[in-house]
Amino acid sequence: MSATPTQAKVVVIGAGIVGNSLAYHLARLGWKDIVLIDKGPLPNPGGSTGHASNFIFLTDHSKEMTLFTLDSVKQYQDLGVFTQSGGIEVARTQERVEELKRRMASSKSWGIDSELLTPAQVKELVPFINEEIILGGFSTPGIGTVDSLRGGTLMREKAQAMGALTVLPLTEVSGIEVDRGRVRAVRTSKGDIQADTVVISSGIWSPRIARMAGASIPLSPAVHQMISVGPVPLFADTVGEIKYPIIRDMDVNGYERQHGSDMEVGSYDHRPILWDPENIPSIEQAKLSPTELPFTKEDFDESLEHALELMPEILGNPKIGIRHAINGLLSLTPDGFPLLGETSEVRGLWSVTAIWIKEAPGIARAVAEWMTQGVSEIDASGSDIARFYDHQKTKAHIDARCAEGFNKTYGIVHPREQWASNRNVRLSPFYQREQELGAVFFETAGWERPNWYESNRTLLKEYGDRVMPRRYEWEARWWSPIINAEHLAMRDRVGMVDLSAFAVFDVTGPGALGYMQKMCVVQMNVPAGRVVYTSLLNPAGGIKADLTVMRLGEHHFRVVTGGMDGMRDKKWFTDHLPEDGSAQLSDLTSSWATLGVWGPRARDLVQSVTSADMSNAGFPFGTCRAIAIGPVRVIASRISYVGELGWEIYVPFEEGARVWDQLWDAGQRHGVAPVGIGVYATTGRLEKCYRAYGNELEQEFNLVECGLARPQVKKEDFVGKEAYLKQRAEPAAITLCTLTIDDNISKSGFKRYPQGREPIMTPNGRPLVDRHGRRSYITSAGSGPSVGKTILMSYLPPEHAKVGTKFCVEYFGEQYAATVAVVGPTPIFDPENTRVKS
Amino acid sequence: MNVLVCIKRVPATGGHIALTPDGQNIDTRYLGFTISPHEECAVEEAVRLIEKHGGSSTVLTLGPEVATEQLRDAMALGMDRAVLLETDGREWDPVATTDAIVAAIERDRAAGRDYDLLLFGNESADSAGYQVGVRVAAALDLPCVTGIKALEIREGKAAVRRQTESGWETSEVTVPAVLTVKEGINLPRYPSLPGRLKAKKKEIERSRPQWVDGGLEKVRLSLPVQAAHTVEMLGQNGDVGPQVVELFRRLRLL
Repeated sequence: MSATPTQAKVVVIGAGIVGNSLAYHLARLGWKDIVLIDKGPLPNPGGSTGHASNFIFLTDHSKEMTLFTLDSVKQYQDLGVFTQSGGIEVARTQERVEELKRRMASSKSWGIDSELLTPAQVKELVPFINEEIILGGFSTPGIGTVDSLRGGTLMREKAQAMGALTVLPLTEVSGIEVDRGRVRAVRTSKGDIQADTVVISSGIWSPRIARMAGASIPLSPAVHQMISVGPVPLFADTVGEIKYPIIRDMDVNGYERQHGSDMEVGSYDHRPILWDPENIPSIEQAKLSPTELPFTKEDFDESLEHALELMPEILGNPKIGIRHAINGLLSLTPDGFPLLGETSEVRGLWSVTAIWIKEAPGIARAVAEWMTQGVSEIDASGSDIARFYDHQKTKAHIDARCAEGFNKTYGIVHPREQWASNRNVRLSPFYQREQELGAVFFETAGWERPNWYESNRTLLKEYGDRVMPRRYEWEARWWSPIINAEHLAMRDRVGMVDLSAFAVFDVTGPGALGYMQKMCVVQMNVPAGRVVYTSLLNPAGGIKADLTVMRLGEHHFRVVTGGMDGMRDKKWFTDHLPEDGSAQLSDLTSSWATLGVWGPRARDLVQSVTSADMSNAGFPFGTCRAIAIGPVRVIASRISYVGELGWEIYVPFEEGARVWDQLWDAGQRHGVAPVGIGVYATTGRLEKCYRAYGNELEQEFNLVECGLARPQVKKEDFVGKEAYLKQRAEPAAITLCTLTIDDNISKSGFKRYPQGREPIMTPNGRPLVDRHGRRSYITSAGSGPSVGKTILMSYLPPEHAKVGTKFCVEYFGEQYAATVAVVGPTPIFDPENTRVKS
Repeated sequence: MNVLVCIKRVPATGGHIALTPDGQNIDTRYLGFTISPHEECAVEEAVRLIEKHGGSSTVLTLGPEVATEQLRDAMALGMDRAVLLETDGREWDPVATTDAIVAAIERDRAAGRDYDLLLFGNESADSAGYQVGVRVAAALDLPCVTGIKALEIREGKAAVRRQTESGWETSEVTVPAVLTVKEGINLPRYPSLPGRLKAKKKEIERSRPQWVDGGLEKVRLSLPVQAAHTVEMLGQNGDVGPQVVELFRRLRLL
């Protein structure tokens, strides 16, 4: 046993697959004095790794998770602990057959070799399956199983062999010392260890450990039931642990996986059984291990019946028995994604939690890179723990969403599907008015935002087929043609859009300008009253954020960013604040409500409620200033994300309803329509080819590729500048283009509408891959009612990025021809931007 | 033949047992429940007897509603019929337990069901009173052999064996008889999937025996002093082979 060091460069808490992988990758990247501790014994300290079923399905609709998984498989293969078995997701319902086609598309988007099988083809691979109850399968030969305990041990040993790692099992953390917001030391049962960097990779125990430091890791332990049935006579001659493909019985949320002579049957079908992190048994209290709780049979009975139906030949044999059964604990998060990165509350305290076996080594590599260079090769933004707002860290929210998400593990989740639990948390001052207008609310970061208004149903008659009605249920789900009618009404007259979900940060102080220059790509030394649209880069020149900044005074900037990105962006800004305190950041999100007023009649409308000069000369595009609307002083900012004349109006929260009423009443003369986020975030912006963070803009793309590089680079230094200059000097590896679909009509005669993330291929179905190995896929898709086309955005390799080039999009197993309409950022609608500048 | 097996729902403890702060119970917050191991063997023995000789097996327990879990477990292994003598969850002493079981057996007899064999565990895993089987035999005036580790039915008699310090003790008893079974008599099977699902749908016959005050009362539980375990790492990987062999020799395993 090693003696406890009193000092370390980094302490990693938790020696499951995550902690072991992370220790290895840190060592590989040159870290020394790494200490890995666990309260349990090694190699199986008793966490979720120890009871995992250890199989790896490759395809996920999320690119981020798929890339982590693919990288993990490669690492497991290199360690010699991966056994390829193949795996098949089977469909029992027609709805699932369709979903499997969608998964097939995701496989193509992310470059995975998969195929759709008939029941007979599934039977050929899995002779014991009851092919009569399935309608088909989605097969991925690259699927397999892994010995995660062995893999973890090997990685730990590699780090030890490099002389970089001290391992301390049977060492329990009793406290984490924090001084002025920075982690300083870890207190353990074997003594204190001073360290400026501490990583929590403690799985289900993580919330408890984070709390010791005053930080929050919003996950909940949850039960996943699993049984092992055997001995199966058919498996008697299996060499190694698996011979037959793993089956996921998607429609009943179950899986069957051979494990030596046994079949493991697992389920995500039972009621959600959440477990309080404070109430996990100790190693002494637990019969098997703290994460293997007593099996509750009645919860599993339905799954037994399903398994028996699917594999009666094996599982119906009265001679084989249930030899092992557990309620295994694993980690769930409110949005289903892992929790990675430095916590927002404590500098130097990192979370690497809520991770499955399938993605652990890939995530560990990414986080180690992030800790070392500030940026990872695979963009982990979707999993960044900094994404959570305070309300999302409450037990009420965590429990509600984890419970709701549990049964979606194998679910068919629509890309626009809304959460049902814990709604109505953040309400704008316009909420009451919106409700009266029949708003259909979608949630963004807790905000209830109207996606469309039923009161606009009358517009459907006015616009007829121009609203591009969707007759196929999937695309009509979580959608309404009213969105497109609102779009047209806005383009014809004027619309009011609630944008209160914006995150708003004020940067003030004598160092504000210098600081903003350092953060932003675009020149910030502009006259007060100017609005600047800018990107923020990471040190490698990847796109970290995309936002607007108002300069309100000599030492006063106001940053406005998307609600989804708000907390991540806030952490990025906060982390870079000058040490000398010469600039401060305050979060004013809850102080300012925002109302967008846009459309050809926006000036007439706003002018009618203010004495300020709203003329083009008096209030030019790209400027902002305080004006009075009746008795309320607001800040009007003349920009637009929908490509129309108009303003974003920032109003003190408590005065918001008053301003809404004034604009609404005055707007009646101008044919004002309340307009939802369906227009703002999709149709309006897509016609203008405006990029959206998280869709087109990611850390894995750069400004040259996405077409946001400006002709000039400012002389002042900024984060990522060096990389950016290099990117500009090279030919782009991939270029963001806008395409339109030539013909939406499917074989069934329905018009179909891709939703985004589908693969885009050559007309003969070959994938498009750039020189870095990135595949082309649709980053955003939506209606363009004013141009009468379905609009798609996709990055294309330069040889394909030419106007008029034909491609095909695979959508639910059919190919649709699409043509490049624009290369780069030129809008499809109003390419000269005459509207916004009129 | 008809076989009755009496079982008890007990906590499935691991190596370490924790008590509730008041010392009245085992802390079961993190534990599942099971059939006492000796009784699990009795169930297996009954299932085998019926498989071999035909007839019907009944499993009976005295306990709260949740004890139906153990009755269904027994039926999943092949028991035909289950009887719950439902209590409010209090621990019944051996005398009261015996009275309730005897009353149930007599009710069955009145309904035309006579048992040829009444199997008990040698002792329960939790209170370990060693009493109920013997008391039931006395109350019904039946022959009784305790602690059996082998059982065979031959020409209407039960040939049984007990293990003693010095060897095996073999006896033969006429049926009906009461036998208390010890772990090791057989290796109980695991429940099959069809067995488990069939058991789930089966009826459980219920009655509510009357609680009688008095008798043996639990004052409190206390844990024996547990020997401290020490772990000695012999080494890692393949180079410890000789040391393992040496250790096995020392322990007389080789």
